[in-house]
Amino acid sequence: MTKISMKVNGKEVSGEVEGRTLLVSFLRDTLGMTGTHVGCDTSQCGACVVHVDGAAVKSCTMLAMEAEGAEVATIEGQANADGTLSVVQQAFQDHHGLQCGFCTPGMVMSATALLKDNPKPSEAEIRHYLEGNICRCTGYHNIVKAILAASGQLEGAIAAE
Amino acid sequence: MPKDSGIGASSKRREDVRFLTGAGNYTDDINIRGQAYVYFLRSDIAHGKINKIDTSDAEAMPGVVRIFTGKDFEGVGGLPCGWQVTDRHGQPMQEPPHPVLAQGKVRHVGDPIAAVVADSAAQARDAAEAIVVDIEELPAVIDMKSALKDGAPKVHDDLTSNLCYDWGFVEDNREAVDKAIKDAAHVTTLELKNNRLVANPMEPRVAVGDFERGTGNSTLYTTSQNPHVIRLLMGAFVLGIPEHKLRVVAPDVGGGFGTKIFHYAEEAFCTFAAKAINRPVKWTASRSEAFISDAHGRDHVTKIELALDKDNNFTAIRTETYANMGAYLSTFAPSVPTWLHGTLMAGNYKTPLIYVNVKAVFTNTVPVDAYRGAGRPEATYQLERVIDMAARELGVDPIALRRQNFITEFPYATPVAVEYDTGDYHATMDKLEQIADIAGFAARRKASEAKGRLRGLGINCYIEACGIAPSNLVGQLGARAGLYESATVRVNATGGLVVMTGSHSHGQGHETAFPQVIAEMIGIDESMVEIVHGDTANTPMGMGTYGSRSIAVGGSAMVRATEKIINKCKKIAAHLMEASEADIELKNGAFSVAGTDKSVAWGDVCLAAYVPHNYPLEDIEPGLEETAFYDPANFTYPSGAYACEVEVDPDTGRVTIERMMAADDFGNLINPMIVSGQVHGGLAQGIGQALLENCVYDENGQLLSASYMDYAMPRAGDVPSFEIDHSACTPCTHNPLGVKGCGEAGAIGSPPAVVNAVIDALNSGGKKVAHIDMPMSPARVWAAMQG
Ligand code: FES
Ligand code: FES
Repeated sequence: MTKISMKVNGKEVSGEVEGRTLLVSFLRDTLGMTGTHVGCDTSQCGACVVHVDGAAVKSCTMLAMEAEGAEVATIEGQANADGTLSVVQQAFQDHHGLQCGFCTPGMVMSATALLKDNPKPSEAEIRHYLEGNICRCTGYHNIVKAILAASGQLEGAIAAE
Repeated sequence: MPKDSGIGASSKRREDVRFLTGAGNYTDDINIRGQAYVYFLRSDIAHGKINKIDTSDAEAMPGVVRIFTGKDFEGVGGLPCGWQVTDRHGQPMQEPPHPVLAQGKVRHVGDPIAAVVADSAAQARDAAEAIVVDIEELPAVIDMKSALKDGAPKVHDDLTSNLCYDWGFVEDNREAVDKAIKDAAHVTTLELKNNRLVANPMEPRVAVGDFERGTGNSTLYTTSQNPHVIRLLMGAFVLGIPEHKLRVVAPDVGGGFGTKIFHYAEEAFCTFAAKAINRPVKWTASRSEAFISDAHGRDHVTKIELALDKDNNFTAIRTETYANMGAYLSTFAPSVPTWLHGTLMAGNYKTPLIYVNVKAVFTNTVPVDAYRGAGRPEATYQLERVIDMAARELGVDPIALRRQNFITEFPYATPVAVEYDTGDYHATMDKLEQIADIAGFAARRKASEAKGRLRGLGINCYIEACGIAPSNLVGQLGARAGLYESATVRVNATGGLVVMTGSHSHGQGHETAFPQVIAEMIGIDESMVEIVHGDTANTPMGMGTYGSRSIAVGGSAMVRATEKIINKCKKIAAHLMEASEADIELKNGAFSVAGTDKSVAWGDVCLAAYVPHNYPLEDIEPGLEETAFYDPANFTYPSGAYACEVEVDPDTGRVTIERMMAADDFGNLINPMIVSGQVHGGLAQGIGQALLENCVYDENGQLLSASYMDYAMPRAGDVPSFEIDHSACTPCTHNPLGVKGCGEAGAIGSPPAVVNAVIDALNSGGKKVAHIDMPMSPARVWAAMQG
């Protein structure tokens, strides 16, 4: 076991891990932050997406030790300081971009990363970017719509139909 | 003007806030102090005789608490099947035992052989590798028709063959149907496969068993759509735990789609082992494990014949289907190809004579059971494909052929034993034609052709039977359970309400939609109503969520319980205002005396019930809490018309969905936003089935599509934005809300639309292509174009 430290959502954390411990199990099992989910074992589904030093990363595909000293952001840290939902989170609620909620943490983290790099993505760009995030519930329709809304491109704010 | 609360409002979902902030409580998020972890050693061959299991090395590995094998479960019941089908000759189906851990034989890749319980999940997995299993491999049967040949290896040695049942429906129609087909002016015949699928809710299955030594009570936390059903099946049939000593909790559940209805071995194991080792035991499936242990769906091979008279009226339908059961009977497996499929073969059409034959077959594959739609997509697919093919053969317009044969008078008793209460199939087709802009299709086709692409338009209809189901009817059909739903409405002293429902939400939004109904009934704010579900300890016995039954059956139970509350409140209000009960009206959260300005607020009446100082104690009890069990009088029959436009690249065979359209009649809607979401999800699953998803075994029974690298889940780029409408509305006539259910429609209606569109595209290019089986991969489409 090795001791590692990193910053998660702005807070210093540390814990003991094995060499094989994945970042997602460090978050879920060691820190008890269960907002980040595991939906597969082949790095395909994106339920586990977090940000490491600002970049979207599948936390099931990174060893906890590799995140030593890094700044990690998870779904638990996305809301605004006053507790209100972030723009992306709020758009997901407004446009019914989630049903069972299991893919949602990864979707929100991916969408947030996308909008940082590309503040006004087209529908095609959004769909392409989400290639690594599987949702079985929504058929993606309202996820795409939520991201368009979060980027200010659904002017007149049509509610989810 | 859209409403902003109550029935018909697109209220935002309150559950979203916890899911969006990482504060959900899914089963894998539950950890109990001192818990151990189990890893299941599963068979890597499809069929074999277990000679010996040597666990001695594994037992000595670090962290190992105990290793269980089939021997430990010899005194324990097997996993029960909840539905008994009677065959054409009046005989019950063959029903083999389904042990929790393999006993003597393994029958599919993934069959659990041993279970290692250890201090950590990694230790359990490591130790499982040290178990030595001596298995003699036996020849496996994978293909259904080969499994029925004389001398085929038997999946279950004690059964007479691999035939579970040979079902005929309606058997008395058989000869008349044969004759009508012989005498028909035209018969269209189609052989097709309904591809085997894996439901793949994004949350893999998880179970945590707990045993309290002090009380002798067991608790199971599990990813289930119906915790009460699990408690009954596991308690009464597997482990022999009376229900009052067993609690089953299904907390936030990350999607179900049918596959989380069933009672699984891992649930029984964790509950059993927790008591045996006196420690909580947790199991979390990996995705790879889900592929070989979650019940699969579909997997029918069908021949359908449609007979028409000289005026193109449908005169008869005859089908022969082989339905894969897999190696064991999963909880509701026998009902899917029979009562959920044969009864839907009339579709939207007034075909007078129908005969359905289904042979259910055991094979050395994972058990097959209900997946979104369950039987109804299989019925719709074959019917809507054969109609399309008939239109092509006869050179008539596929919409006109359908319209000509629509059922137009309701109630309508089909020749396959069900009675549609209401519907308007022309209305949904009219809506669809509007959305689809059929007149503009020719120009769109031209534009595609200019890019070197073929364009096709596919149309179809569907009907489904949901709101499952009248208990007395399903009892006659072999169900070993009732299919009512329950609700307890508890009003607090200060007027807030808690509804405890036997229904379960795993994405459907009950926590938002159910309060809308109560808010409307009483005239209070939705936020005054809280929904409790998923825990047998605090909800009345209910059958859970599947078959698009939550609002139609569970919602109706809630309405009935709320009506009892309102009636009691009226008595209290009458007493408080010294008026006659018959004159009391409830409006906007206040009880008033008709024709006067006297009124008393909802909250004051509730308070009076709990502080009964001025109260008719001689007539009614204090308190405000009522329970109702609602047993539906009939199924509900949502219906609709769907269309798909595709482009096919003739050089590669690649299909892209350009447009996907749906016009549905779900009766009344509680929350249109949620309804749309349900349709969207179903459409994507249907497109997945039509183009991408396929569960493939090789001839030895190895599952070739056992991860997301090989099983093609639909992704955001595979589907378009959808064009849908559910304004056509013929309310259900027999439930208090007039609702029909909307959960499965998208997955039922979309596969034939996609396939019809691809066939249309290929034929527009001058090729005569009659049919391509799903999934229509580029390779299959390209090959069909070369033929
Ligand atoms: S859990 Fe990380 S990609 Fe699926
Ligand atoms: S909301 Fe259920 S998987 Fe996306």
